[in-house]
Amino acid sequence: MNQFDVIVIGGGHAGCEAAAAAARMGVRTALVSFDLDAIGAMSCNPAIGGLGKGHLVREVDAFDGLIGRAADAGAIHYRMLNRSKGSAVWGPRVQADRKLFKAEVQRLIAQYEHLQCIAGEAAELVFTGGRVSGIRLADGTTLESRTVVLCTGTFLGGTLFRGEERFEGGRIGENSAQRLAEQLREANLPMARLKTGTPPRLDGRTIDWSRLEEQPSDQEHWVMSPLTEKRANPQVFCAITRTNPTAHAIIADNLHRSPLFSGAIDAAGPRYCPSIEDKIHRFADRDGHQIFLEPEGLDTHLVYPNGISTSLPVDVQLSMLRAMEGLEQVVMEVPGYAVEYDHIDPRALSPDLQLKDMPGLYCAGQINGTTGYEEAAAQGLLAGLYAGCSTLDREGPAIDRANSYMAVMVDDLTLHGVSEPYRMLTSRAEYRLRLRANNAATRLTPLADQLGCVTKERKAWLDSRENARQAWTEVLDTVIPATQLHDAKLPVKRDAGRKPLREWLGLPDLHLDGLSPWLPDDLDTTSELAAEIVEDAAYAPYLERQDAELRDLRSSMGVKLGDGFPYDTVPGLSNEMVERLSVSLPSTLSDAGRVRGITPAALAALLVYARRRNQAA
Amino acid sequence: METIFALSSGAPPAGIGIIRITGPLVREALTAVAGRVPQARRAERAKFCAAGGEVLDDGLMLFFAGPNSVTGEDLGELHCHGGRAVIAAIEQALAKVHGCRPAHPGEFTRRAFANGRIDLAEAEGLADLLSAETELQRRSAMAMAGGELSRKAEAWRERILLASAQLEAVLDFEDEDDVSTLPKGFGDGLRVFAEELDDFANAPHAETLKEGYRVAIAGPPNAGKSTLFNALTDSAAAITADVAGTTRDVLEKPVALGGAPFTFVDMAGLRDETTDQIEAIGIARAEGELGKADLILWLGDEGEGPAGSWEIAAQCDREGFAKAKPLFRLSAKTGEGIAELRSVLIAHGRDAMPGPGEAALNKRQRVLIGQAARAVRACAGQADPLLAAEDLRVARTSFDALLGRTATEDVLDALFGRFCIGK
Repeated sequence: MNQFDVIVIGGGHAGCEAAAAAARMGVRTALVSFDLDAIGAMSCNPAIGGLGKGHLVREVDAFDGLIGRAADAGAIHYRMLNRSKGSAVWGPRVQADRKLFKAEVQRLIAQYEHLQCIAGEAAELVFTGGRVSGIRLADGTTLESRTVVLCTGTFLGGTLFRGEERFEGGRIGENSAQRLAEQLREANLPMARLKTGTPPRLDGRTIDWSRLEEQPSDQEHWVMSPLTEKRANPQVFCAITRTNPTAHAIIADNLHRSPLFSGAIDAAGPRYCPSIEDKIHRFADRDGHQIFLEPEGLDTHLVYPNGISTSLPVDVQLSMLRAMEGLEQVVMEVPGYAVEYDHIDPRALSPDLQLKDMPGLYCAGQINGTTGYEEAAAQGLLAGLYAGCSTLDREGPAIDRANSYMAVMVDDLTLHGVSEPYRMLTSRAEYRLRLRANNAATRLTPLADQLGCVTKERKAWLDSRENARQAWTEVLDTVIPATQLHDAKLPVKRDAGRKPLREWLGLPDLHLDGLSPWLPDDLDTTSELAAEIVEDAAYAPYLERQDAELRDLRSSMGVKLGDGFPYDTVPGLSNEMVERLSVSLPSTLSDAGRVRGITPAALAALLVYARRRNQAA
Repeated sequence: METIFALSSGAPPAGIGIIRITGPLVREALTAVAGRVPQARRAERAKFCAAGGEVLDDGLMLFFAGPNSVTGEDLGELHCHGGRAVIAAIEQALAKVHGCRPAHPGEFTRRAFANGRIDLAEAEGLADLLSAETELQRRSAMAMAGGELSRKAEAWRERILLASAQLEAVLDFEDEDDVSTLPKGFGDGLRVFAEELDDFANAPHAETLKEGYRVAIAGPPNAGKSTLFNALTDSAAAITADVAGTTRDVLEKPVALGGAPFTFVDMAGLRDETTDQIEAIGIARAEGELGKADLILWLGDEGEGPAGSWEIAAQCDREGFAKAKPLFRLSAKTGEGIAELRSVLIAHGRDAMPGPGEAALNKRQRVLIGQAARAVRACAGQADPLLAAEDLRVARTSFDALLGRTATEDVLDALFGRFCIGK
């Protein structure tokens, strides 16, 4: 059977989510990968989540994706970043045993009845009448499908660099997709190169842990996915060491041997995750940088030194490591390296991640210029859903900047493009007070349900959650006089009037515990839902202030511009504005407002012109 | 897009009437009414005719080719005689040109805005400029139309962005040891910034310029209020008579003194008992007026006037009306002291108004800057950096609105509805 509705190329985080999402929608899906055993591999750090990224994990999970549950299955260390700050910026992060994580992804994928995994190299895309009609494998097999999702990661034209050494490939020891890269380059797509890197892997038995500061796993029992009942594995600790002037001197003396500085790599790397040689070079005044030593798994002695990605020659890597505290005797199992790879300018994509010039071809993950498992997974999920929706002739998921980080990311990418690998940050989301990692399910699972992309298990969870919410809503609507609270010795003035419980809860001095006499006994005040409800109450005044803004946002989202919009004929738009808009091709007035350098006058001109044009149409 | 026209000069009858036409069909409209399109940017004499060929008037016309015109589109002007009938007839002739219609209020400026000729703050300045009646008003409006406020708002926005960047670094890079705390003095810097914003928002504002510095003349019945009112405004607008309670209503009159706008308010005498119902209403209104006034000239017994009012010994020509320590002694009848009072009032009023060439804020702008100041101050006091960042975002959106970056229909409609037709 070589006929499919959706073919996904690539078995990384983007590919797995894309294939699983399409399959959940019930369309015939194929997942093509060089090596089926590598499906679900974590190619860089053994961690899932983090600031901004944890939000993405929860959002993908809210659409019944794989990454949250796989992270829980593999988790050997849980840490809630930013715990001391407001809950909207908490960043759930786990370290996962690579083997356990991969095994869980493969186990989940195997459960999908509409999903077939096919081993092979996708050598060529096949087009019929300008539209994708399938792919050809290196062995000559043709697979037919009206939609193809490219999730090729760094495998597209990937080259590895380590000191003076060069290898072709996407990960060390694996092939890269050179032929596919060539075909895309020939198709005149706007392509560019980016670089990323990975640190050396260490033998944990040769680290002197006793001299290092320990970082234990969080004591609280939170997990990534609400479908995970409890933590599955024994928890391990991480440790922190630092670079020092000796290590810095070793690096500085050998900078000329790094492909980053010898001129061999000129693609831009991520500012947010620079290589150690970049850090030394750019922040020469610092005398040390933190390095987190993260165990890669329970039954492996490999340790991942987070914060020291490098492409220096092997001998330099080892001397630099051994200059650090606790690593004096360390054995390096695999040296670090840098990867330079092809990506597509994401402005060539429409908001559904489909290439504007190649209908039926979707892209997700690093190929769109992003970095990170979570960013890849979220794009994969969306591309899979959009491809599935196009097959079923359904509207795509109703996401926008005010309801999800995923939409923020896709909007940023397709509108602004990238000049360095794009990483999710909470500061990218202007409505982040409502986009909490903790309320992702509330925000998105109902949308996922409407779209028909949730399994029975998730649906059952949603229904029971909605029942619990209903119970809470009724309780929170109860009006309580201030006198009662005052009599109970709560910090409330007697003359503060009568308010619904919801509003009392919003006061900074009142907590759920103190209000327990007014709550029915069967309400679980320690649940995640209770925590979410308390946060809602605390943020309520801020959210109300945002409501007017959101009305504006959504009304200007209603003013459609679209790709064919004749910017050059809009009266009063300067050449510069026409140029900026013609490159970004915003779909709506709201998008146009976020194109860099667009002036208020230009927006007003667009608004007036677009409205007139729509009236004429 | 339709072609629109309107009388752009003052209300007829006047010495001259200027009818502006803008839009794609200006050439056709000029040809229909004046027989030809003049050379661009050259005044030419022409006969204006009705559709049937009947000559309506003899005047001048001008043509500006878009985009180099105030509206950014083709623009024509017909300068005719300023009688009502002539203007109405020419407007009728224009309305008969296919695709031409009379303009809505503010539509000319709206087009200039839509065509990128001016930004929102400039458009607001223009609205003020068009209604400027005194020299001070005109110069302040010029500053606004020249973009002074826009430049300020851009600079404020930059400061907010810088502070936001520091906060976001704390929120998004917890693990980087050198950005995990805010720099020292972060909150203090913001408090200073909020003060600056408040000072700016509280500076003399556009309403004072537009409506004039409001001087209320108050005192018991028959204290000579109306006589002083007339002397200061140089008119006999208020009835004066020796019977107590002559002024039953509130009279106000805008005048320009030394180039600055003033509004003088005369009102019913304040007395506790009156049997006259109409006078009672007048007294109630007078009390309301006192609250609105920028300055009160008190003609009653010493020390009994509202706080902060100036003690005036009026009627110093009459016996028994002297005050022990008046600020001014004057007699409206003989003119004694009037000139002195006037010059002090001018100096005082000017201080309360934006200086020449300073951009004056209108209410909408003041509200937005005040909102930004509150948000910045709130941010300085937030313990949670997340909420602090949200406060800064609110401040940023206030500046965006100030600059018209939000571009919503509401803002535009509210703004452009303020213009007279044809401006």
